[in-house]
Amino acid sequence: MTLSSVSEHDVTSNRYLRGKYSICGVGETTYRRGSAESTRSLATWAISNAMKDAGMDSGDIDGMLSYSGNDSTFAPWVAGDLGIRLNFYMDVHGGGSSTEALIGIAMGVIEAGMCKTVAIYRAMNGYSAVRIGGTGARSAAPILGDQIHHRAYGWQSAGQMFAPTFLRHMYDYGTTPEQVAGVKVAHSKHASNNPKAFYRQRYTVEDVVSSRIICKPLHLLDCCVETDNATCIIVTRTERARDCPNPPAVIQSVVGRCCKPRADMHYQHGPISTVAGHYAKDILWSNAGLGPEDIDVTGSYDAFTFTTMLQLEDYGFCKKGEGGEYVSDGTIELGGRRPNNTSGGHLCEGYTHGMNMVIENTRQLRGNVDDSCPINGDGVREHTYNYEEGGCRQVKNVEVTANLGWAMPGTGSAMVMAKDYN
Amino acid sequence: MPIQGDYMGMLLTIEDLDQENRDFFKYCSKKEFRLQRGEKSGLLRYPPTTACPWTGDRESEWVPVEGRGTVHSYVEVHHPIQPAFKDKVPYMIILADLDMQKGQPTEHEALRVAGNLMTEDGEFVSAETIKTVGIGTRVKLIYVDVTNEFALPHWTIDKEAEQPQKPWRYPEE
Repeated sequence: MTLSSVSEHDVTSNRYLRGKYSICGVGETTYRRGSAESTRSLATWAISNAMKDAGMDSGDIDGMLSYSGNDSTFAPWVAGDLGIRLNFYMDVHGGGSSTEALIGIAMGVIEAGMCKTVAIYRAMNGYSAVRIGGTGARSAAPILGDQIHHRAYGWQSAGQMFAPTFLRHMYDYGTTPEQVAGVKVAHSKHASNNPKAFYRQRYTVEDVVSSRIICKPLHLLDCCVETDNATCIIVTRTERARDCPNPPAVIQSVVGRCCKPRADMHYQHGPISTVAGHYAKDILWSNAGLGPEDIDVTGSYDAFTFTTMLQLEDYGFCKKGEGGEYVSDGTIELGGRRPNNTSGGHLCEGYTHGMNMVIENTRQLRGNVDDSCPINGDGVREHTYNYEEGGCRQVKNVEVTANLGWAMPGTGSAMVMAKDYN
Repeated sequence: MPIQGDYMGMLLTIEDLDQENRDFFKYCSKKEFRLQRGEKSGLLRYPPTTACPWTGDRESEWVPVEGRGTVHSYVEVHHPIQPAFKDKVPYMIILADLDMQKGQPTEHEALRVAGNLMTEDGEFVSAETIKTVGIGTRVKLIYVDVTNEFALPHWTIDKEAEQPQKPWRYPEE
């Protein structure tokens, strides 16, 4: 991918708003367990950091979006704390796949003239309050109506709900546990170069497949981490973003909560080893005017090792059925052809239902990923591109990134971002 | 009145207005597996819905369906999440293709019905039995009562059926 090939695609038009909107600010809290503070407090912390990153004050933000599953604080409270007067806000139900979808909504409402700049946040105590793994309050809740068809069978947590897809992929294509463990190997390598990652230890394939089984085919180390944290990204017009301190991450294409048929019970519509990316890819690539080969860095959602693999495959980064090989041959590691989740993602950095993967790609596009490389007298980080443990995690010459968000096998979102080519 | 019952320590509730689930689970309590058949499409659907997924037709009738099928995929839980299943691990959730309407209306569609792998008497099977079941195993439906008007469908190994020599199992055993 080169910058010139981006500009070959009708950049003068605003077809699907391509290039018209950007991420101008990103921020997060620490990723930890036992935050000892409310989601409202976490949200204001992350948004403050993103505003600082964008060089904006409260008067510059007039839109707000959040997503949650009854485990967060809604925008009006958060905005009030920060002195932000809202011209638009919306709090959306949902977890994974929300980030990219909400970015699309932010673009739409700004385009409609409803507001000018939108802060999107996710604030959660995913370990110490409403646990993302499904234990605690969620597993003890009464079971109503449609839920009887799964929860009464002990089919409730994300891992349990997705397992039929994962196993069927192994059956259909001969995918092995050792291949898929490559995702954890890669992401843990990346996390070891991320000072803010919750888990910074590197793991081997053997470590993954010898860890205990949670529900087949998922070992403990195939599963993401539960953490307490908040994250925020700020979306505005690219013209406006160019006035901010950091270079804009320019949005080329976005697709939100694209579904397989029968989203209520997607297993009715096979092949069940195919996920929503199979449908989303047609929107993502045609709206971007780009394809998988143009992408330098991916952010494929890693609720589990398998979700990363399935999406990379269905979005066309490799042939259908060859995802196991793709995630185990070094391609997705730092130093490989197309690294995935260079922050360590949900498997290692922390769990935010997708937003930290968009933050990471924004920083990759800026060329200023926050690793341990030295900062020079001008305040610029001098990346070594040495990916040894504890070293660099900036990818060289990142020009285009893709994020592949996952809610479940039947629902996904995605986004392509590029460097500013003006 | 909502239909409500305790099942393994879990409170299961079907509200008055949830006519579709009321009908479905009531038939189960009579040991009948009935699914809605869309009037226009003539197609069966699972789980209960308020309209036909292929036509949007809201008219349907409940028709009896033979509860036999083949395991399409499964879940084998070793680390319990819900308190009710703490002393049940390992347990299996079966997703089986009913023979009826398999491959219709398109090649990869099927009525994929969920349930736990149970003995014929409706008890959770042993860890040894779990090891004999995988993709391809022939299974049939049984019913476990929640109340006198509400039962859950579950799967059991179909002993009358011809079984594959070696159903596909997760390889690491």
